Amino acid sequence: MEAHTSEIFVIGLTVFFLACIIGYYVVWSVTPALHSPLMGVTNAISSVIIVGAILAAGPLDNDISKIFGLIGVFLASINIFGGFIVTYRMLSMFKKKSKQNNQD
Amino acid sequence: MSNNIVAILYLISALLFILALRGLSHPESSRLGNIFGIVGMLIAIITTLMFKSVLSYFEIGAAILAGGAIGTFIALRIEMTALPQLVAAFHSLVGIAAVFVAGAAFYDPASFNIGEFGSIGKSSLIEMSIGTFIGAITFSGSVLAFGKLQGTVSGKPIVFKFQHFLNSIIFLFIIFLIAIFVFNQSPTVFWSIVLISILLGFLVVIPIGGADMPVVVSMLNSYSGWAACGIGFTLSNNLLIITGALVGSSGAILSYIMSKGMNRSIISVVLGGFGGEQTNISSNDNSDKIIKQGNAEDAAYILKNADSVIIVPGYGMAVAQAQHSLREMGDILKKNGISVKYAIHPVAGRMPGHMNVLLAEANVPYEEVLELEEINHDFPITEVSFVIGANDVTNPAAKTDEQSPIYGMPILDVEKSQTVLFVKRSMATGYSGVDNELFYRDNTTMLFGDAKKMCENIVKSLN
Repeated sequence: MEAHTSEIFVIGLTVFFLACIIGYYVVWSVTPALHSPLMGVTNAISSVIIVGAILAAGPLDNDISKIFGLIGVFLASINIFGGFIVTYRMLSMFKKKSKQNNQD
Repeated sequence: MSNNIVAILYLISALLFILALRGLSHPESSRLGNIFGIVGMLIAIITTLMFKSVLSYFEIGAAILAGGAIGTFIALRIEMTALPQLVAAFHSLVGIAAVFVAGAAFYDPASFNIGEFGSIGKSSLIEMSIGTFIGAITFSGSVLAFGKLQGTVSGKPIVFKFQHFLNSIIFLFIIFLIAIFVFNQSPTVFWSIVLISILLGFLVVIPIGGADMPVVVSMLNSYSGWAACGIGFTLSNNLLIITGALVGSSGAILSYIMSKGMNRSIISVVLGGFGGEQTNISSNDNSDKIIKQGNAEDAAYILKNADSVIIVPGYGMAVAQAQHSLREMGDILKKNGISVKYAIHPVAGRMPGHMNVLLAEANVPYEEVLELEEINHDFPITEVSFVIGANDVTNPAAKTDEQSPIYGMPILDVEKSQTVLFVKRSMATGYSGVDNELFYRDNTTMLFGDAKKMCENIVKSLN
């Protein structure tokens, strides 16, 4: 049992470090003009902890962990919808020159 | 669904998240990136809902709808100038949600396959308490950052004696509590960790304020990612670990870029206190120096007779909501055959990229908006620099005065252009508390007044 859990932990650690390296390169390639949308999008995706909240809220029995799970689902949903929509609003404003001239 | 299918679906969702960030390398690809992000999130949520143990669809659906409605409402209503506050508020939600998920895992570990209540594996307990600790700090730190940005709390850094010593003691105490928690699994200890971490979050953000806010916002962004990571380790969920790591490194890189933009180490920003008590450090007293003051007509005259203009916006433009009338002014100048560009300093505004979003909101094409390194060599061949609501980021003392607190900070070389127009509300110093010698130069004209009104009046005079 103990060996099994440590194995899972090491796999998690491997995934963690590789993801950090991917994050490093991907984020450096983000153009500085879009740093605000980057925060918006990272905000939305970090709410993927909703996955954990759903698992906690899943069972039918009404105990404290279910209530915690539902609160988690609720809070993370505010973030998911809010984060993606505000990012969409920001990104739809970044226009090219030619487009803008056509509008005028 | 088998565990393998779940793992593959989670992997797809993680890959879509990576593509969502990747899309932000260019404005053209960014909108598609955002869609990738949404699809990734949908896959993650639907996959989780398909779990055999997940049965209370009604309650979960109601929670998603309620949260989604609030999030949508806020996101649609928010003014672009208030983005930094919004982002801080959202970070606090991620933090507190992480605490709730950790709490749920603590009381009902069976749902996550990490044991039974009271007999959870030690490694799971460590991961759980780290996730809780980071989540709680993110929560309270972001709440305070929100208050500072919104203006409900004084934006000034608050420093007191033994502050860092106190923080270190509290931090060590939390580690001590985690050690106890791992051995006795007591709910009291768990909630003590939560409460004391919340206290620490407040204490960590209290000494930071003013121009350092972009760093704080980025740092909290990073913390929210690490919190998700901590929960990912607790639940042995790779999707959470990957996403948390992406967000964590993103926030860390933004913090680094921001502190580099001020030539300060992240450590010194975190220790805080910048720009609080310093008033006028400048060795020479400027009170008897002469400034040249102008009005909108003078500015319009100068601008109309130039052939190249660089506009330098700062936080003052955001506060005055001047971006629309500023763009109008730029358009008139362009129609008269004058070259108009915008120069953005990395730390202009209250969050990374804030100025770019505001200018985009006012329909300024992104090709005209340039970063410091791209545009700095253009100032010597530019006739007029139009500085609106920015101050410290143009201060030549950053290059010449070794005593100055902003010494070494990269600045926009507006001093090298032939004429400088400064739109400011008053002679007050910037957030660094340093006087700007540019105000007293012969080729500088000060335009005192509200940034928005000033732009509107210049537009009137230009017509």
